Amino acid sequence: MPASATLSVSGICMAHDTSRSAHRDIPAAQSARNLAANVFHVLERAFDRVFGVAQNPLRQLGALGFYLFWIVSVSGIYVYALFDTSIDGAFRSIETLMIEQPFAGGLMRSLHRYASDAFALVIALHLVRELSYGRFSGFRWFSWVSGVPLIWLGLAAGIGGYWLVWDTLAQVVAIAMSEWLGWLPGFGDVIVRNFLVQATLTDRLFSLLVFLHIGIPLLLLLGMWVHIQRISDPMTLPRRNLGANLLGVLLVLCIGVPALSQAPADLARVPAELPLDWFYLFALPLLYRTSPGELWLLLALATMTLVLLPWMSGGRRPAPAQVDLANCNGCSRCVADCPYGAVVMQPRSDGRNHPREAVVVTDLCASCGICAGACPSSTPFRSASAFVTGIDMPQWNVSMLRDRLDQALTGLQGLSGSVVFACECGADASVLAQPGVAVLRLPCIGMLPPSFVEYALRSGADTVLVGACAEGDCEFKSGEELMRARLKGEREPHLRANVSRERLRIVSSVDPRELERALGELRSVSNGFESAHSSIRSRRGRVPGRSNA
Amino acid sequence: MPDVLRSDVLRYLGQAALYAVFALLIGYFSNSPRYRHLAPDEALLRLSFSHPGKVMAACRERGAAELEKMPANMRQSQDCPRERSPVRVSVELDGAPLYDETFAPAGLQHDGAAAGYRRLPIPAGEHRLRVKFNDDARIAGFNYEHSQTVHPVAGDVVLIDFAADRGGILIQ
Ligand code: HEM
Ligand code: SF4
Ligand code: SF4
Repeated sequence: MPASATLSVSGICMAHDTSRSAHRDIPAAQSARNLAANVFHVLERAFDRVFGVAQNPLRQLGALGFYLFWIVSVSGIYVYALFDTSIDGAFRSIETLMIEQPFAGGLMRSLHRYASDAFALVIALHLVRELSYGRFSGFRWFSWVSGVPLIWLGLAAGIGGYWLVWDTLAQVVAIAMSEWLGWLPGFGDVIVRNFLVQATLTDRLFSLLVFLHIGIPLLLLLGMWVHIQRISDPMTLPRRNLGANLLGVLLVLCIGVPALSQAPADLARVPAELPLDWFYLFALPLLYRTSPGELWLLLALATMTLVLLPWMSGGRRPAPAQVDLANCNGCSRCVADCPYGAVVMQPRSDGRNHPREAVVVTDLCASCGICAGACPSSTPFRSASAFVTGIDMPQWNVSMLRDRLDQALTGLQGLSGSVVFACECGADASVLAQPGVAVLRLPCIGMLPPSFVEYALRSGADTVLVGACAEGDCEFKSGEELMRARLKGEREPHLRANVSRERLRIVSSVDPRELERALGELRSVSNGFESAHSSIRSRRGRVPGRSNA
Repeated sequence: MPDVLRSDVLRYLGQAALYAVFALLIGYFSNSPRYRHLAPDEALLRLSFSHPGKVMAACRERGAAELEKMPANMRQSQDCPRERSPVRVSVELDGAPLYDETFAPAGLQHDGAAAGYRRLPIPAGEHRLRVKFNDDARIAGFNYEHSQTVHPVAGDVVLIDFAADRGGILIQ
């Protein structure tokens, strides 16, 4: 029996090793995704070092999207209050705003522009990140598919904003957009006629544009709300420092380079050269390089590909969690901990003397195993024969976990050994395996019932290291946070108070070197206390803590 | 300098640098690089019209026997087909043909206006434009024609429109 064992429970984690993912992509797409995932990894590590993990913007892009949306809204309301919704007034009112209120007005207008640009950038990164980490299929299909309309709405809102200034850029954008829409059957080549001569422009049309520029962002907000419905505790605001710094940087940009209008629109002329906001108007050059029909085709294909992606990759879904009523007492801890709202409590169906029982909504289940880690029946100090808990994963259950732990503890015999429980999606903990160090990897660290830590320490391990995903960026949303709270005793099921915290360490990082460092420290401390555990007891059969019920 | 302090200073410098990159990225792509919409010596010729062509067939008086057979609420003495003629447009620039196209009337019953839109950059300077319209398919050739010399400078728009109530073809 080797003194160390790297035991991998599953291959569920997609984010941190796309080659292991369950997807069956086209090879070229797969390798492009791998490349992108690797680029993100490198960047994230670098950003971790600079910002700290919790403040790392790359780990909260969706939350930054929400935050920027609010900045855009507030600055937009300010500008709108002083905006004149008429053809003649629009351009003038914005110029007046800049002149009469160079500070507040100018700042708000520039902020409205730059925060919108930042919004587009952040959302583009959010999309590419989720894509490259393979987070679009399986139970995530809903988040993915509901994200797609947000691209259209975001672009529509941004492009619409450029019409309202009614300068030469607005004029070009309005005409290009009408040419493009005019291609659609039923619209016809008449829309563009609204923008060809000054005489045909009406204030009513302008009011309609303003109405759209308010209505579309409201739809976008609604869409954003739908987008996060499947996540039980979505992060919709960035960490405070990051948010404040970002706003500060945007304000500096607004003061340094205020957003300005072009010359007032003049329909008798076209500007030969235009300063484009590439975040929103990238399609304009595309339109004139191709044709309205081709641009429609391109966008339709891109949209379809995105929408169908969850089903194109044909990945097989790992089985959802299963409840074993005989071991469920209806405590609802699994409901409290499930990050996707995939467990609900329902009236008891088996006649046992508990009012309620847990039921898994299989469509929502991510197979993360966090519920198994939350269930009070998941304690390894139970009968050796049939270890079944209240809610568990069919392919990798807590009984298997205990077997592997037992095996690993046997391998540690005679050494002052350490057990490392690590999340598969966090740092690659397998590099830690060596004589005296047994590594057990779980789909999510939240699957680990804290009693397993006590079990390991009482059954021969000197020290236990728990490795989780980066703080606030758990592959399954909350496994890292829950595990910390359980080990601190702040959340049920908690690690019992009499377990020596000196012999335990939890590290949240995707960097294996951090795990190595923590393990080294832990082991050097533990060498200090005389190890009563080096005399190893037999595990199978007569483990001290386990009641042989 | 103690290591911790130095690494903190490095961290803050790193953050400042990354925020600066972010601001530059936003500030730059918010209005650069500039997009060239027309070559420096080009003007833009636009053709845009929306015009209902002539009704294709004249109304026909219904005979008494025919009226008798119709439901009472639909008995109208005239039967007026609603289909309109497509509109054909031909444009010549300095004697060379640019467009010769026919635009179908809108609507499922072809009873709406025909509308067309074309844009084409042309060299700035003096040009002779000759525009012909036909809004009645029963006539061969064209029933409107207009020629005009235009002098667009670079960036000017030359707009060809059609308004029956203002004498037909307009070039402005
Ligand atoms: C207005 C634009 C968007 C905003 C504000 C936004 C925001 C968010 C937020 C706040 C979350 C939850 C993050 C968390 O708590 O971990 C999220 C998750 C997600 N978003 Fe977006 N998003 C947007 C657009 C998109 C787009 C365009 C896509 C891709 C097509 C997308 C794909 C996803 C996916 C797959 C998740 C789920 C991640 C997971 O379950 O681990 N989002 N988004
Ligand atoms: S496996 Fe995860 S997603 Fe499924 S029910 Fe359990 S905690 Fe919820
Ligand atoms: S945590 Fe376990 S015992 Fe409690 S409700 Fe869920 S399945 Fe039942």
